[in-house]
Amino acid sequence: MTKIYVPRDAAALSMGADAVAKAIAAEAKKKNAKVEIVRNGSRGMLWLEPLVEVETENGRVAYGPVKPADVPSLFKAGFLKGEKHKLTHGLTEEIPYFKNQERLTFARCGITDPLSIADYRAHGGFEGLTNALTMPPLDIVTAVTDSGLRGRGGAAFPTGIKWKTVHDAKADQKYVCCNADEGDSGTFADRMLMEGDPYCLIEGMTIAGIAVGATKGYIYVRSEYPHAVATLREAIRIANEANWLGRTIQGSPHTFELHVRMGAGAYVCGEETSMLESLEGRRGLVRYKPPLPAIEGLFGKPTVINNVLSLASVPIIMAKGAEFYRDFGVGKSRGTLAFQLAGNIKQGGLVEKAFGVTARELIEGYGGGTLSGRPLRAVQFGGPLGAYLPNDKLDTPMDYEAFMKVDAMVGHGGIVVFDDTVDMAHMARFAMEFCTIESCGKCTPCRIGSVRGVETMDRIIAGIEREKNLVVLKDLCETMTDGSLCAMGGLTPLPVMSALRHFPEDFNRPVHAEAAE
Amino acid sequence: MTKYTPEVVIDAPPGAEELALTICAAHDNRPDELLEIFHDLQHELGYVPEQVLPVISNALNRSRAEIYGVLTFYHEFRRTPGGRHTIKICRAEACQAMHTQDLCKHAEEKLRVKFGETTADGQFNLEAVYCLGNCALSPAMMVDGDLYGCVDKERFDGIVADLDRGARS
Repeated sequence: MTKIYVPRDAAALSMGADAVAKAIAAEAKKKNAKVEIVRNGSRGMLWLEPLVEVETENGRVAYGPVKPADVPSLFKAGFLKGEKHKLTHGLTEEIPYFKNQERLTFARCGITDPLSIADYRAHGGFEGLTNALTMPPLDIVTAVTDSGLRGRGGAAFPTGIKWKTVHDAKADQKYVCCNADEGDSGTFADRMLMEGDPYCLIEGMTIAGIAVGATKGYIYVRSEYPHAVATLREAIRIANEANWLGRTIQGSPHTFELHVRMGAGAYVCGEETSMLESLEGRRGLVRYKPPLPAIEGLFGKPTVINNVLSLASVPIIMAKGAEFYRDFGVGKSRGTLAFQLAGNIKQGGLVEKAFGVTARELIEGYGGGTLSGRPLRAVQFGGPLGAYLPNDKLDTPMDYEAFMKVDAMVGHGGIVVFDDTVDMAHMARFAMEFCTIESCGKCTPCRIGSVRGVETMDRIIAGIEREKNLVVLKDLCETMTDGSLCAMGGLTPLPVMSALRHFPEDFNRPVHAEAAE
Repeated sequence: MTKYTPEVVIDAPPGAEELALTICAAHDNRPDELLEIFHDLQHELGYVPEQVLPVISNALNRSRAEIYGVLTFYHEFRRTPGGRHTIKICRAEACQAMHTQDLCKHAEEKLRVKFGETTADGQFNLEAVYCLGNCALSPAMMVDGDLYGCVDKERFDGIVADLDRGARS
């Protein structure tokens, strides 16, 4: 019996992984070959998807990107024995893109069958939770604090401090909410983890529950991720059956009940208080802070809200210790971040590295430059609310503080590459337009400011009183930054102003006939 | 967007109110599960008819204004019947870096609709979406929950033709 791995990750499916799996099964039947097809998560080398792996004595051998039409020739070349074919990349673990990563949070992703608890445990799964079950809650909080883990959703708030606040709060019910509303363009790490290693998130949330005294948890997943929702629901069902969730987990006195809730296409619900409103079945309007959600969160109760990757980093911290995790990274940015190479890039995918790697190393070393082959012009870091940086800023090390120094943010680790065909005035206009579409409408600077921002950008692009309108734009951005209730309006000026700062020539181009449309 | 469209009251599909009641009951009439209730309704009917809002309001013990407010806040929910298939093309930054604008223009021409509209034969809704989480394989597109990556004009035409054939045969 030969094991063949064909990913079930949505990115692989988007390139035809299901059809490839079917073609392999059919060809094997025809050839009378005994094969077992495992639908794993993705290894994160997305330009090679569907990446088919064959288990051999020496390890797993990779072939990709495989199309159904390639399957007969793969069999003919002897791919069941790992033989050479034009699509072969040799041993998966030896592919430099993969080999040179530091996979902590994504250690299992792409290797295991995402829904197999046996697989999960064979690869170190539930070791962290097993440790946590015997520890005093405050020791868990201390370990997470000592690890230096900071919120991976983008705000980079120390996770341990948040947990301590909830731990210290007195209430009859507390909650753990996972923010899986990964709406930032250029990010897909949360999705990959939920589809490729859902038990890791479940384990992290359960540990969080034990640490702060919460017995109920919710995962708020965006509706654009139907595959992640289905995988999580199935994983939660299986984990409940296996007593890794529910009452008296593994014979301990601890209880943790977990639910999945689906969003409905509102970007702003990735803001934590807006997400709470949505979880309560309301319009996703941002709440005033204080009170902090850690004191009055979901249904008015103390609530831990963490991003998928913050929670999914907890199991390895509890399994291997705070020092192990803290030893990765630089300065105040400890551990690893799952960088996501996206947009116009030759080798797009997920690269988990310790903080401190430079943007250029990621984009050129791993990513191989632009897909179009044209010169790289701009890179947006940290999603639609992140700054655009030009080529000469790419030697900045990827850590939270170093990026702040260049008026940018690492955010969730999303890196979107643009070639020299990009019009940065258009991108600045789009940032404002996106804010008009997605603003929750509660505060004026965001609701009105973004509309005025689009109008002002239209005038600048059309060449109407450019100097005066640039003054208006800067003033608007200042008002939005200082006066908005949350990061939606507060950070929209970041891409706008960074585009203006680094690419002023695009705001002073001759007017084209179509530019005014 | 600025075009004035008078409120047209469309008859709800038969049994919609009963269905809404059943779905609410399946969610224990919990107001916090309102989004799930709308998702279920839309899954069954293709949209959320206005006529079911009083029923939901009663079942969840929330004002009709609140129920209406939630329905209209979220981009995902449709309030009018649409086509058989929903095509969502990503227009966010990563896909823009791979010229999704060209794909969008092509889609509008090919289907002869604007974004937010339904084709004359009732086959397709064309919708914009901001990120499908497939940003390394841009431009991305989703059709009825199926994700597609690296969508160029040819791939788009092929997918549409396959759906068209499937629907007509």
